[in-house]
Parts: sequence; C-alpha cells; structure tokens
Amino acid sequence: MVEFLNFTLEGLSAGMIYAAIGLSLVLIWRGTRVLNYAQGAMAMFTSYLALLVINATGNYWLGFAVALASGLVIGAVVERVVIRQVTGKPPLNAVIVSIGLLIGIEGLAGLLFGSNNRSFPPAYSINGLSIGSVALGITWNDVFTAVAVLAAAGVFAVVFRYTTVGLRLRATAFSPAVARLLGVRVGRMLTLGWALAGLLGALAGMLVTPSTFLSPNSMDVIFVLGFTAAVIGGLESPAGAVAGGLILGVVLSYAGGYLNSQVVNLFGLAALLLVLMLRPNGLFSSAPARRV
Amino acid sequence: MTTTPPEPDQTSSPDQPSRAVPLVTKPSPPAAAPPAAAPPQSGRFRVPTLARHLGVAVLAAVVLAIATTMIGDYRDYELAEIAAFVVAVAGLTVLIGLSGQISIGNGAFMAVGGYAAALLFVHLQWPLAAILLAATAAAALAGAIFGVAAARLRGPYLAGATLMLAVALPALSTQFQSVLGGDQGLGFYISVPGFLGINFSLSRWQAWFNCAVALLVLILLANLTRSRVGRNWRALRDDEVAASLAGLNVARLQIVAFIVSAACAGAGGVLLAVWIGTVSTSLFALGVSIQLLTAAVLGGLGSLVGAIWGSALLVIVPTFLANFATSHGMTQTTSSSVPILAYGVVLIAVMVGFPGGIQGALVRFFNLRRRRPADYHQEEKGST
Repeated sequence: MVEFLNFTLEGLSAGMIYAAIGLSLVLIWRGTRVLNYAQGAMAMFTSYLALLVINATGNYWLGFAVALASGLVIGAVVERVVIRQVTGKPPLNAVIVSIGLLIGIEGLAGLLFGSNNRSFPPAYSINGLSIGSVALGITWNDVFTAVAVLAAAGVFAVVFRYTTVGLRLRATAFSPAVARLLGVRVGRMLTLGWALAGLLGALAGMLVTPSTFLSPNSMDVIFVLGFTAAVIGGLESPAGAVAGGLILGVVLSYAGGYLNSQVVNLFGLAALLLVLMLRPNGLFSSAPARRV
Repeated sequence: MTTTPPEPDQTSSPDQPSRAVPLVTKPSPPAAAPPAAAPPQSGRFRVPTLARHLGVAVLAAVVLAIATTMIGDYRDYELAEIAAFVVAVAGLTVLIGLSGQISIGNGAFMAVGGYAAALLFVHLQWPLAAILLAATAAAALAGAIFGVAAARLRGPYLAGATLMLAVALPALSTQFQSVLGGDQGLGFYISVPGFLGINFSLSRWQAWFNCAVALLVLILLANLTRSRVGRNWRALRDDEVAASLAGLNVARLQIVAFIVSAACAGAGGVLLAVWIGTVSTSLFALGVSIQLLTAAVLGGLGSLVGAIWGSALLVIVPTFLANFATSHGMTQTTSSSVPILAYGVVLIAVMVGFPGGIQGALVRFFNLRRRRPADYHQEEKGST
C-alpha cells in the first residue's frame, strides 16, 4: 500500500514536469499551429545558462531567474527570426524547421558547454520525506516542483482569463484575421505566446534537470513525454495538458515501479499511440471537430 | 506544396509557351496529336522508363566498379557508408516528398533491419543476400504495423509519434539483453566471398555490395515513383481531400508509403550493420534519424538524385567538419557537436531558403528538364 502510494506520488511529481512541457506546447500550438519540437532543447539551453550563473555566483535563485528570463528571450527570438519565416507555408516546413532548431540548439550547447553529463543542483533538499516512520517516495524538491508548476499554470490561467493581454492572446489563437481587424497586434501576440512558452519550458528544465543530469540531449525523453501529455490532453486545452501530464506520470511510474524501469519509454510510446488511435482529439475532447 | 522542388515551368498547362527550355533537347509534340500518334517519327524518341533506369544504373555500376579499384581502401569504405545511407535516405525522401508524410523515426526501422541481420548472421549464418531480404522484410513488417497507426496521424502528430519511436525503441535492446546484447550490441564478421580471390580487399567488397544494393533500390524506387502508386502519392500529398474524392484510398496509400520507407530504412540498416560489423543502440540512436532527415531535406525532398547528394554530403562533410574543428584546437567531445549544429542550420536554412534542396537548386540553376520523379507525371500530362 505504501509502495503504491509512493509510486503514485512519484508519478505525480514527474507528471508535473510533463505537464509543464505539455502546457508550453499547447500555448504555442494554439497560437501558431506549430508544434515546437525544440521546446525541450530550449529548456536544456536555459538550464545550462542557469548552471553557469549558479556556478559563478553560488546563488541558486539568481540562476533560476536567469533561466526563466532567457527562456522568455529565446522563445521570442526563435519565433521572430525562424518560425515567422515558415508561417503560411505547408505545415511540414514548420515541422522540419523546428526539428532543425532542436538539433541546432543541441549542437550549439555541445559546442559551448561540452557534451558530458553535468550534475545540477536542486532548489530544495532531495532527501526523502517521511510521515512518522513511513518513508515517502517524494522530497521537498518534488513538492516545490508541484507547487511551482501549479502556480505557473494558475498564473497563466488567470492571465489568459482576466487580463486584456490574455484576451488578445486568446483572440489571436482563435482567429488571427478577426483579431487583427479588431486592432490586436497579432504578430506581437504570437511572439509573446512563444516567449511565455519559452518561460514555461525553462521552468520545466530547471525543475527536471536535478534528477536527470544535464547534457545537450538530456531533455529529449522529457520532451517526447511532454508532447505525449499534450496529446493526451488534446493539444488545444491547457487544463488537458496538465491532466494529461499527471496521468502519464502516474501510469509511467507504475510501469517503471512494478515492471521494469527500462520499459518506461516503451510505455510512453504505447500510451501515445493508443491515445492517438482511440481518441485523436485527446481524452477530454467532447465533440470531435474536423479541422480542414 | 513546398515539399516539392520548385518547378514553375512544369506546372503550367501544355499550351502555355513560356517554357524556358531549349527546344532542341525536348521539342513538344504537336498539340493535336494524341499520345499513341506521337511515335518516334514525330521527332521525339523516348526510351522506355525501365530501360532508361536500367541503362543509367548499369553505367553507374561500371563507373563505380572501376572507381573502387582506384580510390583506395579508405574511400571504398566511405563509399560503402554513403551507399548504405543512400538506401535509407531514398526511402525517406519518397515518404516525405511524395506521399507528404513525415518520419523522424526511420532510424528505428534501420535498427530493426540491422538487428535482424545481426541475429541471422550470428545464429543462422545465412548468405548475405538472403539476410538482406529477410531483414528488409522484417523492417517492412515493423513499418506496416507502425504505418497502420500512423495513417490516422497528420503532420505534427505523426512527427511526434515517430520521434517517440526513435527515442523509445533502443530500450528494447536492454530489455532483451540476452538476445539483443544490450548496450554492447551484437558483433559479427563478414568476409570476402571466395570467388573474388584472396587479394580482394574487404572494403572494396563492402563498397561493391552496398553500391549494388543501393542501385537496385534506386531503380525500384524510380520505377515505383513513376507508377500509378507514385502518382497517387503525389495526388494525396497535394490535396488529401481531393485525392480521396477522386477515389483514392488515402489510408492504404499512406500505409504503403510507410512500408516502402521502412523497408528502405531496414535495408539501409543492414548495409550499415554489415559495413561496421556490429549493431548497437548507439548506431541507431535518434541522431541517425535526424541525419536521414537532414540528408533528404538537403538533397531535395522527393528527389532520388537528391538522396544521393544528401547522403554523400552527410558522410563526407561531418568528418571533415569534425577534423577541421579538432585541428583548430577543439577537444574531441566539443568538435563532435559541430556536425550536429550544422545539421540544424542546414535543416532550417534549406526549408526557409531553398525548399527544393540541392537538386532543386541544380535544376533551377541549369534550367535542365531533368526527369525527376516529381515532375514526370506533369511532363507526361503536358505532352499528351
């Protein structure tokens, strides 16, 4: 029973990361109809920048701030400089370009920072918590992860729901042409959407890297699992992405805990294919809408 | 669609006179003449497609056979690698450029082919050709299974699913460590067949074998892309709804394209495994899938000739770049990142700047009426 509880907690904690990546993908997808395959690589890069700052100053939170700020900037720059070139062209071009970004950023990171694994400091203690004499499978850092992701998701929800900027962002995602007619600076909104997604990705990178080590392709697996989370949620729905991330995290945690840690990725693949085949619009879609 | 190399002149209707092509090389037949009434005496002689492909292939085989005796062992070795990649890249370029689907997981199908070949080598000691066929069939089967799932997916979803495939599949080899050898992989040893004599170098034999397979695959693909299947692929690439309204079975065509591409990847995997003499998970890691994509994009999506350009550059340039970086004071681990960065830059630059890739640029530059598969049906439509 305790084992089951622990696997569930571990799963939820890992799922928070997938949720954050999934959420950032949904942000971009809703705005630009581009699936940003470089999201994980961008998060890896910002984590490297954070590590540089942390090593130089010894201050974790300064590094944290640098990671989030650079995520914001990188997201905006990528949208302006690269993605803008392929909007309005066939979707395949954007797919290939963003894969190019993924590889390019990984190569650049390898060039600048070397390709060996680096350990990465956690924000809080990574010693297991316990209630009385019962050891729990989570740590203060996991708690921080959950709080940070939920807080970020909450802030985003409030911004999107109740602020003018949020309304503009939603209008741009819903119908760029109409939004433009109504005076929304659509281009800016797209850039802003990418910047916010970059920030979320950077947050996910900061949270996950202590448990994976940092290397140029350390985020590959995290990214595909975040993608899976977003697909489970339907790619359109931020809440769905968070739910999808948590579901995926728990399922993978059971698979890894009860079966074998090697099969986790295969289970992720199976989960992705199952969802895509059975509910291509996500688990939470109500009416299937056909997009032509 | 931008996945096709730019072909402005060919998309125009036949009676439009704005073709910037020298009439000497290809005079248009009289517009009124029906196709059957345009025999050679109308001034236009067209070699049958199959014969032309075979002719080019035989010529290439002769040139390659002579070249392998002159360029030395190391170049032979490189040639064998290029040929292995040509096979896999050709399959991918057909998938992306003609059927309009994308796969960033073809390295996984290479792994299926490579591992199947290694297992057959180690346990059954079949002859090389039989192993190639069986392993290719295994990869095709894997492609069929995945293709059935993939046929329901579009653009970004499909790319994500195939990316997942490439990331997840290597775990199988550690899961079944006793059979697949885990991280060490499986080693085997091939030798030069006896009839070539004892002085025949192994590299040259590998180059011969791989180039022969590559030529064979290119012939098969060239014919396939000009067949009804190839035309149907292009139809559904350009407009899926229109294609299905015209009576095409979209799902089946997409699955067939996936199988063809997986089979090519599998054959390429066999050749790569034979070339190295071992298979391991690192040989077929995500990086290989990206290399295939880069080569296909760089050469020009949908173009088989482009697949050759792309593969050759893929093999030659990274070594050159890494050596260049090492000789300029970079460490080994850092310089290995230079080619990776280059792949990324190439993918972005080509897609943004020259969607037709090298072959598209060459065609445009020389303004040649090359009979690339992508153009052929339009050309034929134009002449009838």
